[in-house]
Amino acid sequence: MENQPVILAFCCHYCAYAAADLAGSMRLQYPASVRALRLPCTGKVEIDYILAAFERGVDAVIVAGCLEGGCHFVEGNLRARKRVERAKEMLEEIGLEPERLEMFNLSSAEGTRFAEIVGDMSQRLSKLGPSPLRPDRATLEQNVEDMSKEASEAVAGDAK
Amino acid sequence: MIVADRKNVAEIRDMIKNHDRVLLVGCGTCVTVCLAGGERETGILGSAVRMALKLDGNPGAVVDECTIERQCEDAFIDILATRVDDYDAICSLGCGAGVQALAERFPAKPVYPGLNTQFIGILEAQGVWTEKCTGCGSCRLGEFAGICPITRCAKKLFNGPCGGSRDGKCEVNAELECGWQLIYDRAKAVGAVEALEAIAAPQDWSTGLDGGPRKVVREDQCIAGLGPKA
Repeated sequence: MENQPVILAFCCHYCAYAAADLAGSMRLQYPASVRALRLPCTGKVEIDYILAAFERGVDAVIVAGCLEGGCHFVEGNLRARKRVERAKEMLEEIGLEPERLEMFNLSSAEGTRFAEIVGDMSQRLSKLGPSPLRPDRATLEQNVEDMSKEASEAVAGDAK
Repeated sequence: MIVADRKNVAEIRDMIKNHDRVLLVGCGTCVTVCLAGGERETGILGSAVRMALKLDGNPGAVVDECTIERQCEDAFIDILATRVDDYDAICSLGCGAGVQALAERFPAKPVYPGLNTQFIGILEAQGVWTEKCTGCGSCRLGEFAGICPITRCAKKLFNGPCGGSRDGKCEVNAELECGWQLIYDRAKAVGAVEALEAIAAPQDWSTGLDGGPRKVVREDQCIAGLGPKA
């Protein structure tokens, strides 16, 4: 358990989050290492969100948005991809492997694809190993919990 | 505005790695607008530098962040004065003027630049900034239809264009617009082409940076006993 990886997935409400739900309904098997964090759109993901996740010790970050052309906010997923690219450049400069971060596109009907994405990232982590910034397990789980709360509050704040 | 761009994280890490406690200071003015050194960018750099230092074998280093409204004015730096004592060094995300203003204000603290200051320019499109002014100290935009030949002609010609102007582009770079084509087009639009027939006088470069750092003094604004400083 201590060495189980933790993957944080920033999931768009309209696609990846629903796809994760569908994967569950379909009883699909996928690694338990993923923690899905729901956002109204991947356009909400800023570089500071991604870096904060790595700073708190997660092993990998997935940004999962709608298919290109299918964003409910027209271009949120396209913007997210550019931010992910810039964050990857920064990870390299920091000394972390950029492969620990990836953006994926899928639709809400693709429960199988969601399971695949998590599987792929898990596979990647088995080669990369744990993040050198990982704290102990309890702190890491607490950090993920905090990030989830912060994201919910940020989303609630935007809705006001 | 003054336009800047971020430095490589590893370069910043190497500058500050011998200090245990570093304060990153963002600036709320030009560099906020050009998305290089505002509150968000200071937070991003803070996170990046903390991780880089940890991975470099310095897990105990403290890197905190704060952003002040304007680094290039002493009155705005006051807010930092009480905090700075707690740190060994400062890394400024202001422009070059901001970095030096902090260095002057805190003579005993090492101050490092977190940005590469680029130029005086404008927002051309979302995420794209272009240089427009060199700060030559003797503005002649009135003679050139409002387009600066010093900044926008690669050869700084006052009597252009040169033979390297092709289809509105500069021979230096096919992507670069010919400054003199722009001057001509705009002069035509405002009915001032004839004025371009006259030979333009040489520039008075003595007002530029070549004479050392410049100073503007407004005696009517100076307060007796308080300034100018030097």
